[in-house]
Amino acid sequence: MAKRRERIDRPIKVLSEDIYALESVSRMIYVAAPSVFPILFLLLLPLFTPSLYMQRVLILTAVYALLALSWDFIAVATGLVSLGQALFFGVGAYSAAILNLHFGLPPMVTLVVSTLGGAAIATALVAPCLPLRGIYFAMTTLVYPLLLARAIEATAVLGGTDGLVGIASFPNVWVERYLVLVFVLGATFALRRLLRTDFGLVMRSISDNDQAVRASAINITVYKLIAVYLASALGCFAGAYFTHLYMFVGLSAFSLDLSILPIACAVIGGMGTLVGPVLGAFILVPLAEMVRDLGTLRIVFYSLLLVALVLFKPEGLMNFLHRKYQQIERWVQV
Amino acid sequence: MFEVTTDFLVVDELSKSFGGVKALDRLGFPVVQGEVLGIIGLNGSGKTTLVNVITGFIRPDSGHVRFRGKEITGLPPEKISGLGIARTFQTVRPFHHLPAFKNLIVPLYSSRIRSAAGGGRWGDRDAVALDLLEEVGFERDSAVPYKPAAALPHGYLRRLELARCLALRPEVIITDELFSGLSSSEVGSLMPLMERLRERGITLMMVEHRLRELFQLAGRVIVMEQGRKIAEGPPQAIVADKAVRETYLGAEL
Repeated sequence: MAKRRERIDRPIKVLSEDIYALESVSRMIYVAAPSVFPILFLLLLPLFTPSLYMQRVLILTAVYALLALSWDFIAVATGLVSLGQALFFGVGAYSAAILNLHFGLPPMVTLVVSTLGGAAIATALVAPCLPLRGIYFAMTTLVYPLLLARAIEATAVLGGTDGLVGIASFPNVWVERYLVLVFVLGATFALRRLLRTDFGLVMRSISDNDQAVRASAINITVYKLIAVYLASALGCFAGAYFTHLYMFVGLSAFSLDLSILPIACAVIGGMGTLVGPVLGAFILVPLAEMVRDLGTLRIVFYSLLLVALVLFKPEGLMNFLHRKYQQIERWVQV
Repeated sequence: MFEVTTDFLVVDELSKSFGGVKALDRLGFPVVQGEVLGIIGLNGSGKTTLVNVITGFIRPDSGHVRFRGKEITGLPPEKISGLGIARTFQTVRPFHHLPAFKNLIVPLYSSRIRSAAGGGRWGDRDAVALDLLEEVGFERDSAVPYKPAAALPHGYLRRLELARCLALRPEVIITDELFSGLSSSEVGSLMPLMERLRERGITLMMVEHRLRELFQLAGRVIVMEQGRKIAEGPPQAIVADKAVRETYLGAEL
């Protein structure tokens, strides 16, 4: 007797007069839990990581989460694959350093200015590449951070290979710990919200079929620019934050890791979900730290895990979890 | 009934070559406001290139397209569709991940519609979209308008293409083989809709292989061969034309 697995959505919501009515408290919890618990977990996490090392791992994780979110947003909103998240990070990092060292602005001001201004610079750099597609766009974005790093190295401006030191740090350790976490949460939910509006719907349609969007009297370049600006603002914030955290900026702000690892986070967490890449970062980055003791072998284990996840769960963890949570599975006879 | 002007939509001496192949060869004709103009021709005669040039997807090598006396040659597609010249695609291009009615939010969000009175806010656009789908034959109270476009049968996708055009409140709709891939009965059910559009005063330029149905609708037909116009006239005259008969030898007329 042949059997087949059937998936049914859990009947938790009742649609009445255009609003979803929930029947009981337990169902309300069921609906709210997937967003409330991760938020609480993230906000409480700094309180339970006493050691400086753990704090730094947490911050590094949040920074990669921002870059992964930035990568995913560009992919969802424009359909373009970017290989240059390090560009956003580096531009933000160096602008914060310059604003602090040369203009004496305090960290909280440089953060805002280098997030908004740095994103403008990064967007201006990426703008000429926007008509390109697929591998061509990916290649040009890959080149930018390498190009800027070599330019700084060769001309010895902005501290050259030594980098810039003596940058002001955050006013206190709690600001330092919470700023980036709150920003990750805020950015994730703001972008998710944005994609659900009509404006966001037009953005998502561009990645689906840009020709049909153009035939609908919509200038796709404007939408792509806005998407890249928002995504680069996330990267620039991460860079500026890192600069003030370590009171130093160097060529490592343009390193290839910052472009590649976020993509791994997005692939594992679930591309196109925005929350998935953040989840991916919270798995991959701490994992990379945990296996640090293994020396060079850690790269092997780490890579094997990546391959295994991509092979066996190509949909990404987020989509997998979402399905398990929202649907009942059962075997039925055919 | 309609104002007949020669400066409504004018195609003037258009040429376009791909490599050595002349897809359009000094092709010119006016489109009269309110008419249904049929464009026929064998595969490779340059019909789709013509549509792409008029709608801005391809830049011509030489020649002009004018709309209401204004030069629109070389304008990007979003500008041309913004002027009210909508088009369908030969292969349907829905937004697959979106429910059918949400597909129409894209044109409804264009500045052409938003700036028009009653362009509507977020929630209102859904209602406008559902109205448009009903107009092109989606059953209002069924689940069909809410299904993702990827799950719709081909006939509905063709209607969805038309609805996407209508959402722009167009003056001209250019269809590129709208009837292809549809059964006779499906085409038959589309005919009343096309007639309604004509009655509403929307100018239709239809590139078509389904001659029987086209000839019922069109007031005037242009026959293309190798990028040139080889015949023009009302359907009866085209059917009788010797050159056309030779081109379409064996084809259903």
